[in-house]
Amino acid sequence: MGRRAAIVGFGQTKGSSSRRDVTGVELINEAVRAALADAGLGIGDIDAVVIGNMDHFEGVNYVDMWSVEGSGGVMKPVFKVTTGGTTGTSVAISAYYHVASGMFDRVLAIGWEKNSESDTTGAIITAYDPFWERPNMAGAIGGLAVDASRYMHDYGATERDGARVTVRERLHALNNPFAHLQQEWMRGKDAVFLVDALVASKENKVLAYPLRMSDMCPRTDAAAALIFAAEGTAEKIAPIPAWVLAVANRHNFVYYGDLDWSRNETLEAAAKKVFATAGIREPLKEVDVCELYLPYSYAGLAWMESIGFCGPGQGPQLLWDGVTDMDGELPVNPSGGVMSSNPIGATGIIRVGEAAIQIMRKAGTRQVGKDVNVAMATGFGGCYWADVMLLGRKKPV
Amino acid sequence: MTKDKKNPNELLYITSGEMYQPYRYTLSSLSGRFLTEIKEKKKFLGVKCPECGRVYVPPRAVCGRCYARMNEMVQVSDEGEVVACAIVEFGFVDPSTGIERPVPYGTAFIRLDGADTALSHFLDCVDREKLKVGARVRAVFEEERTGSIMDIKHFEVID
Ligand SMILES: [Zn+2]
Repeated sequence: MGRRAAIVGFGQTKGSSSRRDVTGVELINEAVRAALADAGLGIGDIDAVVIGNMDHFEGVNYVDMWSVEGSGGVMKPVFKVTTGGTTGTSVAISAYYHVASGMFDRVLAIGWEKNSESDTTGAIITAYDPFWERPNMAGAIGGLAVDASRYMHDYGATERDGARVTVRERLHALNNPFAHLQQEWMRGKDAVFLVDALVASKENKVLAYPLRMSDMCPRTDAAAALIFAAEGTAEKIAPIPAWVLAVANRHNFVYYGDLDWSRNETLEAAAKKVFATAGIREPLKEVDVCELYLPYSYAGLAWMESIGFCGPGQGPQLLWDGVTDMDGELPVNPSGGVMSSNPIGATGIIRVGEAAIQIMRKAGTRQVGKDVNVAMATGFGGCYWADVMLLGRKKPV
Repeated sequence: MTKDKKNPNELLYITSGEMYQPYRYTLSSLSGRFLTEIKEKKKFLGVKCPECGRVYVPPRAVCGRCYARMNEMVQVSDEGEVVACAIVEFGFVDPSTGIERPVPYGTAFIRLDGADTALSHFLDCVDREKLKVGARVRAVFEEERTGSIMDIKHFEVID
């Protein structure tokens, strides 16, 4: 599995709908400086840089070069990685590979996006097939609505189940000063009351039945950066490094129509792989906290099943039982998740970083109350591919 | 270029202007036969994997699962089943025309009888009771056909 490696630093900018005060390069620089400060390192300590975003969102195609002054990559090895929604997790996995290979000791992983600079939905459709999909598919929202329809049909899930996921993410986001959506009116209110309020609200418009506005993620401007270091170096940098226990990534089909909509095959396979590598047999008991890439509410039901935290159709029960709330057995998305901030290229980096700081005990007001020995982060990209990274407090054997 | 009202000396952003960037994508020969069959005969062709037997619609050259080359075209039905669906109610700009599609409209993945994969397309139905997973549908073709997937006007719910 290569050389052992750990995350030793994390930095992010506060998510917002528009960062007109900075350019993309300056935004990247903010996140990199925050990560370096977190690790107590200078840019001279960095051996290589991996950076990613969705280039067609900003229309800047040579981001590795264009961002080099902000990223700190001047006269260093720089790689750009772009894999759709999974970009951030793929950047993190790539940075890990750089260290695990033995070629580099300290590697910077950067993800960023300025969604405010373009029409995100229009940009997303260019990721669809020009012959079969662009003429008749309704961007990300339509695709996700279709996914929800299937889950509701298969297991009788309701709009209230979807709304309960939203409520969890929104309440958690209130603990996270970096989260984009901060719905103060929800603070301190009972989850059932909030679910009823969302489902009954006339302002909460249906975008694509069964999805309403509250089921979706926002468009966010933000950047985030991680620092990976090799065994022997990591322990000197961080008091508690977050060790990489296992990574996996899976792709399956070309067209959305090829998918078996009754399951998330790639997430299933990637989760199975990391659990096997890390020797985890009972994921619900052995994983302590998750930062899952849930781009919309119903994913918080179906994909819990795909990962193996519960059986098919049991996602709603797990949720309503409070298992995934901050004080539950398996807190999911203490950060508020993707539904609270979605700076696409940075989103996966934020998942990994938020999982890492739970292990490093640096999560501040969103630190979960229990001991964190194993934390899981995932990435999701359309056409339904998956990245998974498992982090641990103990160095892997 | 746009200037901040509060600080007229500060430039805030520029726009790219109305960029027009047309592409010319290559259609595979199997896909060309698929579209020609729709255009000329209002019939659907899939391609069958010689190893696993999966029938792919739209056709493509390689079965990713078996990594086998495919070239056996088989006819599939113009009727099928809704695998997953949505009723879109938000305005969305059609990337091929630049015009916002009128809402609401039905969208679905349809597995034609005889195929193992599904086509995405529009439905003529926006009734939540009728347009649902498992609904039976049939293709409705345009009178004037040009050799594109939009030679299928939409699918209609038939039960
Ligand atoms: Zn095959």
